[in-house]
Amino acid sequence: MARLTINGTTRDVDVDPETPLLWVLREQLGMTGTKFGCGIAVCGACTVHVDGVATRSCVLPVSALTPEQAIVTIEGLSPDGSHPVQQAWLELDVPQCGYCQPGMIMAAAGLLAANPNPSDDDISAEITNICRCGTYNRVRVAIKLAAADNDATRNG
Amino acid sequence: MTRVQLSRRHFVAGSAAALGGFSLGFHVPFQAKAAADAAPAEVPEINAWVVIHPDETVVVRVARSEMGQGTLTGLAQLVAEELECDWANVTTEYPTPGQNIARDRVWGSFSTGGSRGIRDSHDYVRQGGAAAREMLIAAAAAEWDVPAAECQVEKGVISHPGSGRTTTYGKVAQAAAAVSPPAEVQLKDPKDWKIAGQPLPRLDTRDKLTGRQVYGADLVMPGMVNAAIKACPYFGGRLAGFDAQAVTGMPGVQRVIQVDDTAVAVVADTWWRAKTALDALPITWDEGPNRDLSSASIQAMLEEGLDAADAFIGAEAGDARGALAGAERTVSAVYAFPYQNHATMEPMNATAVWTPERCEVWVPTQNGESSLAVAAEAAGLPVDKCEVHKIHLGGGFGRRGNFQDYVRQAVGIAREMPGTPVKLLWTREEDMLHGNYHPTTRCKLTAALGPDGEVSALHMRISGQSILASVRPEGMVGGRDPVVFQGLVLDNPEGSFGYAVPNLLIDHAMRNPPVPPGFWRGVNLNQNAIYVECFIDELAHAAGVEPLAFRRRLMANHPQHLAVLEAAANGIGWNEPAPAGRHRGIAQIMGFGSYVAAAAEVSVTDGQLRIHRIVAATDPGHVVNPAQVERQVEGSFVYGLSAALYGECTVSGGRMEQENFDSYQVMLMDSMPEVETIIMPSGGFWGGVGEPTIAVAAPAVLNAIFAATGKRIRTLPLKNHDLA
Repeated sequence: MARLTINGTTRDVDVDPETPLLWVLREQLGMTGTKFGCGIAVCGACTVHVDGVATRSCVLPVSALTPEQAIVTIEGLSPDGSHPVQQAWLELDVPQCGYCQPGMIMAAAGLLAANPNPSDDDISAEITNICRCGTYNRVRVAIKLAAADNDATRNG
Repeated sequence: MTRVQLSRRHFVAGSAAALGGFSLGFHVPFQAKAAADAAPAEVPEINAWVVIHPDETVVVRVARSEMGQGTLTGLAQLVAEELECDWANVTTEYPTPGQNIARDRVWGSFSTGGSRGIRDSHDYVRQGGAAAREMLIAAAAAEWDVPAAECQVEKGVISHPGSGRTTTYGKVAQAAAAVSPPAEVQLKDPKDWKIAGQPLPRLDTRDKLTGRQVYGADLVMPGMVNAAIKACPYFGGRLAGFDAQAVTGMPGVQRVIQVDDTAVAVVADTWWRAKTALDALPITWDEGPNRDLSSASIQAMLEEGLDAADAFIGAEAGDARGALAGAERTVSAVYAFPYQNHATMEPMNATAVWTPERCEVWVPTQNGESSLAVAAEAAGLPVDKCEVHKIHLGGGFGRRGNFQDYVRQAVGIAREMPGTPVKLLWTREEDMLHGNYHPTTRCKLTAALGPDGEVSALHMRISGQSILASVRPEGMVGGRDPVVFQGLVLDNPEGSFGYAVPNLLIDHAMRNPPVPPGFWRGVNLNQNAIYVECFIDELAHAAGVEPLAFRRRLMANHPQHLAVLEAAANGIGWNEPAPAGRHRGIAQIMGFGSYVAAAAEVSVTDGQLRIHRIVAATDPGHVVNPAQVERQVEGSFVYGLSAALYGECTVSGGRMEQENFDSYQVMLMDSMPEVETIIMPSGGFWGGVGEPTIAVAAPAVLNAIFAATGKRIRTLPLKNHDLA
């Protein structure tokens, strides 16, 4: 059993405490926006926010989380896709296949929450998600566009 | 305008009885939105390509798969262009492979590979849109009792100027569905396009930003169970045994199932529990006949082929061997390209439900008809008792076309649990160990160089693996694999060799290691472009001629090849000095029907490579959506440079050594260069876009590295070389 606070709602989940957060989200809670890519916290497809910090959920057992910690997933970043990062992504039509993009968006929102005006080097250092289609340059421009939005620093 | 006689097959067959929405007894289990999309089944289609709802929604049916490349949007643009509808009302849906077969393949091919999604279907999808337009106009004209020729249409509004009457597509769609299709239609000249040819945003972006887009890995069905699988990692090996008792009591575990003679799957209530139990399952493998296979043994096999007497000829002019034997000066080099994994971000998966009467599969696939054929075979049922539902792909790159191993496995598991939907999802490790790998080849190039830098002879010997021999032997021509010679054949619209060399021999010593090869985005054009374009660069330097000028002399008879090369070179500022510390390289090739070139600007500091800037030029003949072409060109550098910088699957003990992204490194944001894309469609032909540019990424960069360091890198990946 685990008690988790996800997208503002505290839930009790009947699950082996060693289960990674990713699979609790996807399987127990039916929130499949957070993706499985590698299972070893390398690719970043599973990125969520834990207390505002971009965190890879595929190797994070739910036993390591407390109900006081605020978990935010792509489904909870905004109610309607209106977070500045999502808006920038829409304006620049960033995704290709799109599979890595929820993780990419969560990583970008986490970066902007900590660093409202990231430099190119900051972006390169902090956004280490893998995209095989090749959206990196548009991701970079979109992060800068979102940074220009005053709301970008709000914690998702 | 082009007047086209309509073939009945591509949009008439079976349409009289068919309804839109495809709710013909199929179970579509998607979550709310998709289910709602599929619900309104009472709207008749105008023809196979177009359904128009009373609320003016235009549903364009798209047979090819969307895997990120933008074909969904491009094909819809082509239909909408001829349909003359309002683009704002356009949405899309996939017809199913079973429907296609039931309707005499009215949608043509479902295959989505070879950069063919648009170039192989632009004509008949446009005809479908044009025919629907004529039927809608005819319906309005009949209602008004006026000649159809007196009616006009713009953005889905039909008008009759003589009487001042107007109506809309949505209002006449029902009547139009009963109108006989026209015997011929007129297609627009591309210069008159208003929707096609425009840089429109993709139709499938919004749900990808919120997590709502459902991929195969995300599928949830009522009563569904989850399967994790391990197949024998040794090439040619088998499953020797497993101890199911060891895991049957683990939480959630329902079944442990052997799948054919190579794999074992654990089925549980959740995938995580299935995977956890599978990791605990004692499994023994029969390593099979290839346990001594290694990268070194494969290399030796290929090296033998470099000088072997027998080889298949791909291109020949004059007498290359004779000219080389008599040449005063020859230059020779050997290049090599390693195995690569597709590494789609979404691991392989498929969901199947089987009963003795019927089998259905939900799968992200590049070829729904291949999926259907494999599903039927694995199900032990006739094709008309099976169906495949396509889902957007989390990357394809060639892995999800010909190869449907995951469908075969999913159906095999589902057969053991009749009536229960089974979702099979591979781990990344399973994905890396069971690829259909980009084949490995080596290439020895020898040229005769004259006193003025003229290339009088060139022999290019490729040694290595044939994809077709393994995957599609029916495509072989007299034992020869023509795909080996992508970009290297003479006067071929798919990809001509761009240099005129009077004595030319390009041949292939086929050496097939027991590693399954596959079509990997860009296929053989990737390494062929490296071999040719780096070697041409070597010749230029050996001749003491600047590389662009050197190429110009050889390309006088290939103005379209040269045009993109000149454009890329101009774009990077080839004739101006590079910024301090930066160095440049260029490359060109023709492949997938398009002319492509790249110019790269790099610096190497203390052995550290930095790729600052790429300028890419592409001439695909016609461009349906320049914004999507730009994205494909940019993405091509991620795919091509990931391979050039890091990509390498190595074999040891008869299996691949890399199992995940920690050992199979790919390009990240920090090494991505700026990319400027020059799109220069010259018209008159339809070339592909998704793949060709990948091929020029590596040679442009490698040539720039030589300019920076004097080091000629001939074996990839670059991570194995010291540039200091």
